[in-house]
Amino acid sequence: MSKTDFPLSIDSRPVYGVFEMRAGKHHLMIADAEGAEALLDLATAAPADLWAKTHIIYIPKTTGKKYLGKLQALSPDQFYAGPSYEAAKQRIADTFSKAHMGLQVYLAGTEGLMGQAMYAATSAGIPHTAIQTEHRGSTARRMQCVHCKGITEDVTHDPFICSHCGLNLFVRDHYSRRMAAFQGVCIDAEDPGNVPKSVGLFK
Amino acid sequence: MSAGTAKLNVTVAEVKPINDLVTRFKFIRTDGGELPTFSGGAHTVVEMQDDGFTRLNPYSLMSDPADRDAYMISVRRDDQGRGGSKFMHSKVAEGLEMVISNPVNLFSLDLRAKKHLMIAGGIGITPFMAQMQQLAATNGHFELHYSVRTASLGSYAEQLSERFPNRVNIYHDDLGQAIDLENLLIGQPLGTHIYICGPKGMIDWVRGKAAALGWPREAIHYEEFLAPASGKPFEVRLAISNKTIQVGENQSLLEALEANDVDAPYLCRGGACGQCETAVVECDGELIHRDHWLSDEQHRAGKLIMPCVSRFDGKTLVLDR
Amino acid sequence: MTIQFNDETFRDDFSFKNSPAAIKRFPFPFHEDSYMYSVNLEPHTKTRPGSPFEFAFDVDEHYVSEMKDRAVTLADDPLRCQSLPHMTLAGWDLLEYIMEAKARDYPDLFSLTKDGNIWHWENKPLEIDQTFIFLDESTLPYGPMEYITRQTQGDFALLDQRDDNLWLDAGMITSQADWSLDFNVGMNFFEWHAPVPKANEMGIFVRALKFLLNLQQGAPARRLNWTMTVNPLLDTSPENYHKWGPMKTGLTIENIGSKQYLRVELQTLFRLPRSNAIAFPIRAYLCRFEDLMTVPKWGRRLHRVLRDIPDELATYKGFIDNKPLMLEYLSRFDDGAPTSDGIWPDEA
Ligand code: HEM
Ligand code: FES
Repeated sequence: MSKTDFPLSIDSRPVYGVFEMRAGKHHLMIADAEGAEALLDLATAAPADLWAKTHIIYIPKTTGKKYLGKLQALSPDQFYAGPSYEAAKQRIADTFSKAHMGLQVYLAGTEGLMGQAMYAATSAGIPHTAIQTEHRGSTARRMQCVHCKGITEDVTHDPFICSHCGLNLFVRDHYSRRMAAFQGVCIDAEDPGNVPKSVGLFK
Repeated sequence: MSAGTAKLNVTVAEVKPINDLVTRFKFIRTDGGELPTFSGGAHTVVEMQDDGFTRLNPYSLMSDPADRDAYMISVRRDDQGRGGSKFMHSKVAEGLEMVISNPVNLFSLDLRAKKHLMIAGGIGITPFMAQMQQLAATNGHFELHYSVRTASLGSYAEQLSERFPNRVNIYHDDLGQAIDLENLLIGQPLGTHIYICGPKGMIDWVRGKAAALGWPREAIHYEEFLAPASGKPFEVRLAISNKTIQVGENQSLLEALEANDVDAPYLCRGGACGQCETAVVECDGELIHRDHWLSDEQHRAGKLIMPCVSRFDGKTLVLDR
Repeated sequence: MTIQFNDETFRDDFSFKNSPAAIKRFPFPFHEDSYMYSVNLEPHTKTRPGSPFEFAFDVDEHYVSEMKDRAVTLADDPLRCQSLPHMTLAGWDLLEYIMEAKARDYPDLFSLTKDGNIWHWENKPLEIDQTFIFLDESTLPYGPMEYITRQTQGDFALLDQRDDNLWLDAGMITSQADWSLDFNVGMNFFEWHAPVPKANEMGIFVRALKFLLNLQQGAPARRLNWTMTVNPLLDTSPENYHKWGPMKTGLTIENIGSKQYLRVELQTLFRLPRSNAIAFPIRAYLCRFEDLMTVPKWGRRLHRVLRDIPDELATYKGFIDNKPLMLEYLSRFDDGAPTSDGIWPDEA
């Protein structure tokens, strides 16, 4: 059961779980912001030798230094903290390209982070169902505009304005793992200019 | 829609003993036309007319999937079995006209795999022969580990080593050679898929080891055809067709349905595909489940049975057919 | 050539038109006076000569114009055609299947000759004459799926089968009922069907998937699906929704007969032999209300179906706002007389 309480939704919308320890010689954990708490919670239950086999990639975002010390105190085999997913992307790709079967992947934090790291992992050949996820922190959505294909990050309101083409988009629950994004569709297509008031749905 | 399979009329073009246990059969189309292509890992169901009794056994296709002139299968003689393999070995000769099904694949390659790791034991080599030819033609990355009892019983081992010298590894039981499974699994790059075909013990061993090393379930593929086991004869009542039928000692429940002209779907006839799933209306006695389709929970619940391999022991069994 | 191909458009001036013969063979989707989702699958066997069910792939008077429209859509948005790398073999399967079927069923329009792996394909209506090496992509101007589906009416999805599911891993989708291939590529059967109302709770997708996973070589299946389109548009994609959406608001009782189209999809399912994938052609047929009304049975039935359709379906299919106007128009063609079973017009 997810730590964050998401409303019941359609089958394409991802559902998140709670980390459990899995067998494996190597473990890769990718988290952003409050996602750090999921790793720290796992640490209370996991055997001590887990961390010597673990590579942590962490993007603090607005949490700044809050979790850095605690994560480092786990003494993982490799630790990286970076400013953004973009910045960590090459490192993540490199890690997957050198990895072997049996690697366990844990993703924690926002949907945008988990979705993008999930795409990197599945492209490297790990089935998505074998990847553990735990949602923590913001529920803001990563949205793809179905019209111009541009991605708008951290969307909190519905409808919202596409940050690329400027169309008024409504937020669907339909989700694409390949885009790591929900779908945004023009809300005033049939009656241009008739846009309902934008409501804050995600925090 | 009722299943059953689209059929092909074929003529036996060659019967070739491979070693003491295994014989290879080659089929061509009786009307001289081309056979359908297929995907590596597919099987065909061969119909045998044995003393007024129709037997249907699945065999993996081992020929090049792109070859439309002929299909080949290999049959290992099983003296303990119910007679399908004995029939093939003793009654099937060149020139015999037979009926086989269109190819069906329940053991297909995952074409996304960055590498295909094949593990075969004994006659389990046959689906891999087709898969290797398919992959070789499309520049696929594969590697075979093949366990045989002795060199002389190692069907096609030499031929495969010659054709793919860097990709084929043979292990001889009688020389004490065994696959170093743990190291083999640990070294595989991300994106590798394992395929296993062989005795149940081998399948369980590889699956168990892979799971312990953290391999995802989706990357492990195996094919275990059960031959339907013989067993005590029993009686079944069929609720829909309103018939009571007898299942003989050397007959499967599915075969008994067919012998009584009851429309019963099937694909694999080996407890793997789920197509023959049948609801149990009433059961006073014990269902002997032998399939891999139903979950343990469903086996315990006793509401469903797979007639291609499972049997019954007890007083009354009523099925929804 | 036996078929007279129309010179017509599916955009701008919308000169698309059905001949009387095309109206008569239109695959009207309702076999009774009501409609609800169901697992409506049947064998795709040769039925009713002259109908769209006669051959594996139907070629009709719109062929040449539909292919021109597809080329325009693709030039504008190449992402309408995508194939994940592991689907190339399935693409060859599809090419082989279509070339063999068309050469067999329409020998005056298409021919295929093989000399080993060297294949010679002639498509007379599109004036294509191509020699290529089967399974060698470098010998074709496009990938195999794109090559053949630029020459075949209807959208195409190729489904990879694994882990007891089907995966939408390749497709040529230029005339879809408002879903995005680019967004849906890589999804499984339940994921890409997620937006559909009701059908999931009815258990339809579980049963349909079970059937499809066991679909056999040599035993294709088919079903009909339908929706409503204002103007004979093929490209009703979400990508361009902001461009075609406004057309839905221009209907009046005077123009609805000529502007409102019933859009029927003949969906077929073929197991592909070399790849074990499934091909899912989605062939769209358009017919405006006015033309449908020339068949009295269809007029009566369409009125009754739309009158009784659940709002959820009308909303999902995008015609809830125009439904009252449709009923007003259609009611004039429903005298309350009984209708015969089946989809075809009554014989005169
Ligand atoms: C295997 C190939 C198939 C593909 C690729 C496919 C694809 C799709 C897609 C993309 C949609 C639109 C969903 C959306 O709104 O985004 C859809 C709708 C739907 N599909 Fe399928 N489908 C397939 C097979 C089937 C089958 C076998 C059934 C059988 C019952 C089925 C039943 C439906 C229904 C009822 C809808 C809603 C259609 C409407 O109301 O207009 N599909 N399908
Ligand atoms: S026929 Fe396949 S499980 Fe029985």
